[in-house]
Amino acid sequence: MTTPVLQARGLVKRYGHVTALDGADFDLMPGEVLAVIGDNGAGKTSLIKALTGALEPDSGEIMLDGKPVRFRSPIDARRHGIETVYQDLAVAASLDIATNMFLGREVRKPGILGRVFRMLDKKHMREESAKHMASLKIGLRSLTQPVESLSGGQRQGVAVARAVAWATHVVVMDEPTAALGVKESGQVLDMIRRVRDGGTPVVLISHNMPHVFEIADRIHVQRLGRRVAQIKPGDHNMAEVVAIMTGALQVTEGKAVVADKGAAEAIGLS
Amino acid sequence: MAVMEATLPRRLITTPVAGPAIALVLACLFFALNSPQFLTGPNFSLIIQQVMVVGTLAIGQTLIILTAGIDLACGAIMAFGGIVMTKLAVDSGLPPLLAVAAGLAVCAGFGLVNGLLVMKISLPPFIVTLGMLNVVFALTHIYSNEQTITDLPPLLTFLGQTFQIGQTNVTYGSLLTILLFLLFAYLLGSTAWGRHVYALGNSPEVARLTGIRTGRLTVGVYTLAGLVYGIAALLLVSRTGVGDPQAGQTDNLDSITAVVLGGTSLFGGRGLVIGTLVGALIVGVFRNGLQLMGVPSIYQTLITGVLVILAVAVDQLSRRRNR
Repeated sequence: MTTPVLQARGLVKRYGHVTALDGADFDLMPGEVLAVIGDNGAGKTSLIKALTGALEPDSGEIMLDGKPVRFRSPIDARRHGIETVYQDLAVAASLDIATNMFLGREVRKPGILGRVFRMLDKKHMREESAKHMASLKIGLRSLTQPVESLSGGQRQGVAVARAVAWATHVVVMDEPTAALGVKESGQVLDMIRRVRDGGTPVVLISHNMPHVFEIADRIHVQRLGRRVAQIKPGDHNMAEVVAIMTGALQVTEGKAVVADKGAAEAIGLS
Repeated sequence: MAVMEATLPRRLITTPVAGPAIALVLACLFFALNSPQFLTGPNFSLIIQQVMVVGTLAIGQTLIILTAGIDLACGAIMAFGGIVMTKLAVDSGLPPLLAVAAGLAVCAGFGLVNGLLVMKISLPPFIVTLGMLNVVFALTHIYSNEQTITDLPPLLTFLGQTFQIGQTNVTYGSLLTILLFLLFAYLLGSTAWGRHVYALGNSPEVARLTGIRTGRLTVGVYTLAGLVYGIAALLLVSRTGVGDPQAGQTDNLDSITAVVLGGTSLFGGRGLVIGTLVGALIVGVFRNGLQLMGVPSIYQTLITGVLVILAVAVDQLSRRRNR
């Protein structure tokens, strides 16, 4: 059996009386797009934050390539090759594309200019950025234009390209299409596909069921702080998945079982 | 698809310094046509001497404004630094070099305190530096006993000495100011630190998530600005030849004026330190030119005010168009 790239067992996170994670499990397999869905308050965000180092769980363990790891900060997780694309906190608006791609990881010129005078190798960074943008088929007029002059989709493209460029293990995307129009969403979905085809597994958090069904290889359903199901989009239709999300259906051994008859009938499943 | 570089002319037009630079050239042309003395070497040397103190303060101010902060205490810190340098050297008999070093350290120390308050307690920079303005102003008067310190050792006035370029006398202080501008243009434009300052001003959260240590960066920027104010203090002392507790009282606003006229956005993350030099020169050229034309000095203040509002309006309008 293949080892999951990123795995979690029994994650617990409590905020006072509120239990955000109640023994949550998580498995991301190599080369897949895994969608994480769940109602508001299901613990999606807490789960993803725990996996990307933005919060430390009270208990439970996280394994990367089968080895236990602890992330104390997002930077810690990044050092382990886990890159996150945030919904609206992706890029520094007034800086250009190449600068954004290398922000926090700037490359200095070789020799004395770099070592003593700390001079940046702008040309090298531009060329590398151009390569990454091209590999995701993001067409841009210029790498020296500020990111704020780009469209929302292109901006998200820069964020995705940056994540992909640095991710050696996992790319996590938090609602990457939430702020985008139809056409731009399509572009981002294409990009996600290219990332996966390049061999890097992707975790996609999304509210958008059509997008999830279009792109996910598997779906992780989060409910009441736990994973309640792992399903393949082909095995269930959207209404069923929504029913699982809300607790109307339960999944046991791959089969959906009606758990709350009234609720299931209400959404047209019986 | 091929990714092309922006061509040089395009970059010149889009640089935020283009507007201020054009304004400066137009102002120079106007005054050159209206006063025969204006376009002379000695007069330009004088203008630079007149703007070098505020200009140097404005370098530190630019750093802070780029992080979306503001520093109302810069002039007061400079005045205190000047008193420390002169009082230690004259009254306490410290070796002048040590006195200067102490003054620089004290200024950097105030910057450090500002930075720590902004970072650790997340107080708005406006409030922190407003408080610090009063604290430092009071300290200056307490420490100096309201006395002006005279009879300075030569080291403290060295930057006021001149050397000749052609027929024109240029002070070492003017040279130092220009070198400082070039140094910070390099640091902001060509080092990772500079990129991080811009990123911080754009959005602290974005900067943090990309792995930049924003807390350390903030404290570093305020401390470095403080050190620059210390250099401004030395420039001030060497220009006036005295340690004056009354010095620099409007220089905080004048330095903000220079930054804003130079096209740097008060919202942070946008602007160039060379723009600040242009901004400082605009103020200097207007003051000097109007003076040569015999316009009363109160009109110089009036015109400076109008220019500031114009500059910010242009910044706002161009940002709106970009959206």
